[in-house]
Amino acid sequence: MFSWFKYKNYPLFWKEYSKKFKQKQPKSFENTRFVIFDTETTGLDISNDRILSIGAIGIFENVIEVIDNFEIYLKQDQFKAETVEIHGILKEGKLTKMSEAEAMENFIAYIGNAVLVAHHTAFDIEMINAALKRLDLPKLKNKTIDTGILYKKLEGKKDAHFNLDLLSDEFSIPKHDRHTAAGDAFITALLFLKIISKLKKERNLHYSDLFRVSGKEGLM
Amino acid sequence: MKNTISERIFDFLKNYPPFNLISNATLIEVSQNVEIQYFEKDQIIFSQNDNPHEHFYIIYQGSVRLYRFVENEKHILDICDEGDLFGLRPLIMKENYVMGASANEETILYGIPIALFHDIILNYPKVSQFLIASFATNTREPFSEKHKGKLFANVSAIQKIEHGFSEIQSANYNKNPITCSPDTTVQTACIIMTKNIINSIIVTENDIPIGIITDKDIKTKIGTGLYKITNKVSDIMNSPVVTFHQNISVAEAQIKLLKHKVSHLCITKDGTNKSEIVGILTQQDLILTQGNSPSLLIKEIKNAKDTETLKHIRTKASGLTKGYLEQEIPIYFVTKVISEINTAITKKAIRLSISEIGKEPPVKFSWLALGSQGRKEQLLMTDQDNALVFENVAPAQYNSVKNYFLQLSEKVTEKLNIVGFEYCPANIMASNPKWCISLEEWEQQFEEWITDPIPEKILLSIIFFDFELIYGDDSLYNKMAKSVFKTIEKNQIFLSFLGKVTLDNPPPLGFFKQFLVEDNGENKDSFDIKSRAIRPLVDGARILSLHHNLRVNNTIARYEKLMEMEPQNSDLFESCANAFKILLQFRTSQGLTNNDNGKFVDINSLNKADRLKLKSCFKPIKNVQEAIKLRFKTSQIPQI
Repeated sequence: MFSWFKYKNYPLFWKEYSKKFKQKQPKSFENTRFVIFDTETTGLDISNDRILSIGAIGIFENVIEVIDNFEIYLKQDQFKAETVEIHGILKEGKLTKMSEAEAMENFIAYIGNAVLVAHHTAFDIEMINAALKRLDLPKLKNKTIDTGILYKKLEGKKDAHFNLDLLSDEFSIPKHDRHTAAGDAFITALLFLKIISKLKKERNLHYSDLFRVSGKEGLM
Repeated sequence: MKNTISERIFDFLKNYPPFNLISNATLIEVSQNVEIQYFEKDQIIFSQNDNPHEHFYIIYQGSVRLYRFVENEKHILDICDEGDLFGLRPLIMKENYVMGASANEETILYGIPIALFHDIILNYPKVSQFLIASFATNTREPFSEKHKGKLFANVSAIQKIEHGFSEIQSANYNKNPITCSPDTTVQTACIIMTKNIINSIIVTENDIPIGIITDKDIKTKIGTGLYKITNKVSDIMNSPVVTFHQNISVAEAQIKLLKHKVSHLCITKDGTNKSEIVGILTQQDLILTQGNSPSLLIKEIKNAKDTETLKHIRTKASGLTKGYLEQEIPIYFVTKVISEINTAITKKAIRLSISEIGKEPPVKFSWLALGSQGRKEQLLMTDQDNALVFENVAPAQYNSVKNYFLQLSEKVTEKLNIVGFEYCPANIMASNPKWCISLEEWEQQFEEWITDPIPEKILLSIIFFDFELIYGDDSLYNKMAKSVFKTIEKNQIFLSFLGKVTLDNPPPLGFFKQFLVEDNGENKDSFDIKSRAIRPLVDGARILSLHHNLRVNNTIARYEKLMEMEPQNSDLFESCANAFKILLQFRTSQGLTNNDNGKFVDINSLNKADRLKLKSCFKPIKNVQEAIKLRFKTSQIPQI
């Protein structure tokens, strides 16, 4: 009863977002829009750290569509000087920044019902969910894919665990703009295309396989 | 809004032509609309005969194989690497892919939407020039029915710009010419000229220009007392007038003025001297538009009193060449102007030499330019190649006549050497007794070369059959030309021998980042653009022109003429002419940069655009060689 009441009061953008999941969801690579994204944060603590920026890019029909890209920077109330070195985002920089609320509204409108892809997705999703929670909104509804896990589905990589730098090297992806959300999203997008392509070559890959966790039924 | 990803794409694209030719704002827009695709090794990007995609591609990483099936046999046409463009032509032509493309290794492509690019082609002439250069029949089978005459057909955008490329700036001329009737007195005419502050007046009858009077005529004909100011203008006017039609470009005007040695052109309605006058164009008008004028150089040559002055003028002409190339004035025009200057220098050298000898030539003679000068393709200082023909004389006179001309030639070649045209190392010069002979000796000689084509004689015919009259009597020259064609007509096998020699220079087919480079000697690792690329095209044009009895020497003009003679092969010849223009321009700018004859190109110094440009010229070379091989059945000629 309470949740029904709350649903009624969600802002319009969230209602629009929810609606997209009520329809039939795509069931093949070709019909699916993937959004490859990355967040830069003030740290690794889900509850205390904050998102500094979100970068994302869309893939549809195996093509990275540059026009379908997303890049925002957030105003910070909490500012940790020690991580500036890594992400390079100053509290008062030249970049136009928006509030967390605006950022979430924009991000939600951008992703729609796309499948979210990130390298080590769990953290990025949790950061977004924490931000949504601060705005009294529910968690993300999107299906997700972790390129780190996807990579382990490749032959002989079962127990491997690599960060984005090492994978970029292995797949010879130039590491421009590393440690910016948009730059990492772009690298991850290329990585995603390459891994998918290799998986398809190795075996008859089914769409549903993408969402299965390594070590379980089906792929091994 | 910051867009890191498209900025990165921008950074990549801006390194490669034609993207380096467009403004940042436009390139940013392009970068934001790129599609990125990934292909595994051997994965197909598009297949032959597929409908065109909405994007063309530039290789970001990896390499791509272009191939074509001909009668079920797969031919690899090219391998493109990082920064190469492909798949654009079909999009512009709105036709299906003529060839297939597949990933040669793991490859990442940037797809550029053609919709965006159409406007770019229209708005950036340099982009379309680049595309024309890289299209110069990159992809075509020489004789396939399907693509005949389609090089630039159906492509209004490109065609339009290509036109604008060769037709430079239109010349400004005075659209209100001052005229008078033939009955006007000289005095009245002078009053009109003074009142209007003009240096010429056109004499018309019913608006048709019949003559012109300039300041010079007042000086030479009135001032000297030859005529009186009471004479009629028709008594002293220059007639007929040199005319041109209204759409005159600076280039055309300059050539016309140079050719007719006049200072004024009458612009008439239909371009002939039988139609109404609509304007007058003076040399001054051209100087004003151009700033730098070859006409001035020609004038200086005429007034030169010694060889040193000629040398100085030739150096200025080099500067002019450089300026023209920088302004991207069509190479055809540049060669014409420079050839006119070289011709004027040679003429002056001959006149100076005759007055040094102090005795007029005993009989008629012609001074002939051979090789590249004969073809009017000389842009840089190269070796002299010349010869002399004199009238047939009685045996008793022969020695003294020949001695006169040898003495003359000695002086002329020496002067040309001082000017900067070095002596020919093979001694193919008029000062060589072998190449300073009478008409009948030349005719005999030609016949011998044609009927008994042994290698050394074929080499001579290659040099000599491009002869051009520079100075002297044109009937001797015409007779020589006639005898060549007559003898060849009777001995068609000669063309097969000539073809065989022509094919001795295999084209460099630019396989995968590689040119056919010299592998030894001083020029190791350089590309011999003269022997490997320019000469085969020149040779091809020559043999086909001899075949058709075409009396043209210039390679571009030969191919243009061949397009008329063989409409079925016009696209092949057009591509050859285009390739030749590009190569000549290339050689010239290289030569000017390195201050040498531009024969060798250091391939490491080439940027991507230049590499592509050069590569695009190799296909026509191969095609024309194939055509010659077939037509003249050179395979039936034993190795010579």
